[in-house]
Amino acid sequence: MAVVIGFIPDEYGEAALAHGLAEAQRRGTGVVVVNSTKGDALVDRRYLGEDGKVTLEEQLTASGVEHELRQTMGRDIADELLAVAKEVAADAIVIGIRHRTPVGKLIMGSVAQRVIIDATCPVIAVKPG
Amino acid sequence: MDTLNLLLDGFASALTLENLAYASIGVLLGTFVGVLPGIGPAMALALLLPVTYGLDATQALIMFAGIYYGGMYGGSTTSILLNTPGESASVMTAIEGNKMAKKGRAAQALATAAIGSFVAGTIGTLLVAFFTPTIATWAVEIGAPTYFAIMLLAMVLVSSVLGASKLRGFIALAIGLTIGLVGLDASTAQARLTGGSLELADGIDIVVVAVGVFAIGEALWTAAHLRRRPIDVIPVGRPFMGRADWSRSWAPWLRGTALGFPFGALPAGGAETPTFLSYITERKLARRRGGADEFGEGAIEGVAGPEAANNASAAGMFVPLLALGLPVTATASILLAAMQKYGIVPGPTLMTDQPDLIWTLLASLLIGNTLLLVINLPLAPVWAKLLRIPRPQLYAGILFFACLGAYSVGQSAFDLAMLLLFGGLGFAIRRFGIPVLPLILAVILGPLMEVKMREALDLSGGDVSGLFNEPLAIFVYALVVLAALSPLLIARFRPPMLHEQHDQHRDQEVS
Repeated sequence: MAVVIGFIPDEYGEAALAHGLAEAQRRGTGVVVVNSTKGDALVDRRYLGEDGKVTLEEQLTASGVEHELRQTMGRDIADELLAVAKEVAADAIVIGIRHRTPVGKLIMGSVAQRVIIDATCPVIAVKPG
Repeated sequence: MDTLNLLLDGFASALTLENLAYASIGVLLGTFVGVLPGIGPAMALALLLPVTYGLDATQALIMFAGIYYGGMYGGSTTSILLNTPGESASVMTAIEGNKMAKKGRAAQALATAAIGSFVAGTIGTLLVAFFTPTIATWAVEIGAPTYFAIMLLAMVLVSSVLGASKLRGFIALAIGLTIGLVGLDASTAQARLTGGSLELADGIDIVVVAVGVFAIGEALWTAAHLRRRPIDVIPVGRPFMGRADWSRSWAPWLRGTALGFPFGALPAGGAETPTFLSYITERKLARRRGGADEFGEGAIEGVAGPEAANNASAAGMFVPLLALGLPVTATASILLAAMQKYGIVPGPTLMTDQPDLIWTLLASLLIGNTLLLVINLPLAPVWAKLLRIPRPQLYAGILFFACLGAYSVGQSAFDLAMLLLFGGLGFAIRRFGIPVLPLILAVILGPLMEVKMREALDLSGGDVSGLFNEPLAIFVYALVVLAALSPLLIARFRPPMLHEQHDQHRDQEVS
């Protein structure tokens, strides 16, 4: 049992992380931080590198919550997150959501939407700031 | 100074607004493809060849030359920032360059690579301008038997000396020569290897072969290895160098140029050997100087030297191409094919037949080199962003251009089928670690070689002695034997330790 956090190294990911840690404390469980990539480009800023992992680890340790970081790779980021949630029988999933323009909606699918619709546990969608 | 005047004339015609625009497009496009690993200048040229049919020869060649130099430069950016050499010639740059970047000196590493490329490219191009006419006047004298021997030498060297495995090299050569044979025999009009197909009677267009092997093959290979863990990229600002960096860089630049140019001009072409030698030299010199030996942890000399050698050999390649019509790299093969498309016959007579074209080309190489420096130094952070392009989108674009190019060759669906076939071949040779260079070289050189052989044999009335009746030819044959045997002898007397290095090298080539 744990709170699953969808994390990317930007303000949305940070917001999800902060709320996720608070949620885990409230429920008295640990967190599983998931950071995924499609792995289809040479460089992916949303995938944690060595430095990013160290920073995140420090943040997690400082929170005092039991934690685990999973970095996965697959065709669909939402599927990756949901697979981890299912595996650890998540209490809740925490994700960051962002504003999308009409054109953006036309071109890109929304990972957040897929997670919210397909998840079998409560999903907490948070915004930065 | 006759050469200087001719070169100035070249500048006059290269410096029109239109030609400058083509040079800029070429340089930008070249850097674009150079930065992305797996896509090199050879592929870019093959893809663009059909697109440029509408241009006149000079403008197309100006653009191609820009792509070539740009590609050489772009490769260094990837090596330094990602430790993923975009091409085999950048392997040495990656060793010290990436260490420098990790120590927070990415800006200096990029700067020394860019300025070193500029220095080496400029000196190299000037050397081409001064050497090529001399060699061309000498080359007019040599006859068909010697030509045949020189081409044989180029093929043997490329297959056996470069790359890890001689067997794989010769397999590639055999495949290439076979492809080159398809079509009607030039002197007897007999159909060869056509299988009765009329479409094959004209032979297989080099564009279809090159685009298939380079573009489709690479796309299939990428599709088979689509998902890979992203690599940590090192953030970079605007490249610059301090006073100390300048004083440490200028000598390696010049030494690298001196090493790179002759190797580029030799039929054993390729930039692997000179970049390796330059790296070794700089490391030895640094050790001898004692004091602060940074090699192994990011020495600027280790970036400056190999990068200059790389670009000098890129320039050196133009000497055999322009003077003898002899390509020594994959990119040169495509350039040669481009010239043939425009009805230009590369060879000793090129300098006298098309002086305007050649001098404009050389002048625009110098201009392109300068543009490269002006454009690339400030744009380095933008180039680094290219690495974030997702592979599906990128290769979709490449496939589109590949099909468009192959179709435009003869406006027939048959060519598209051939394209797919050669794409499969391209995938297979990547899978089995067979080098591309001997294959492409054989496709383009094979038919030329046959013409020379026929010429020599016609003169001797079909007697084999016709191939040996020039002293120079015999000398070149001796070199061929030496080139074929010396690796075998060296392998026999050398400790087996070196095989490990070879295996590593092969891994890099395949990936």
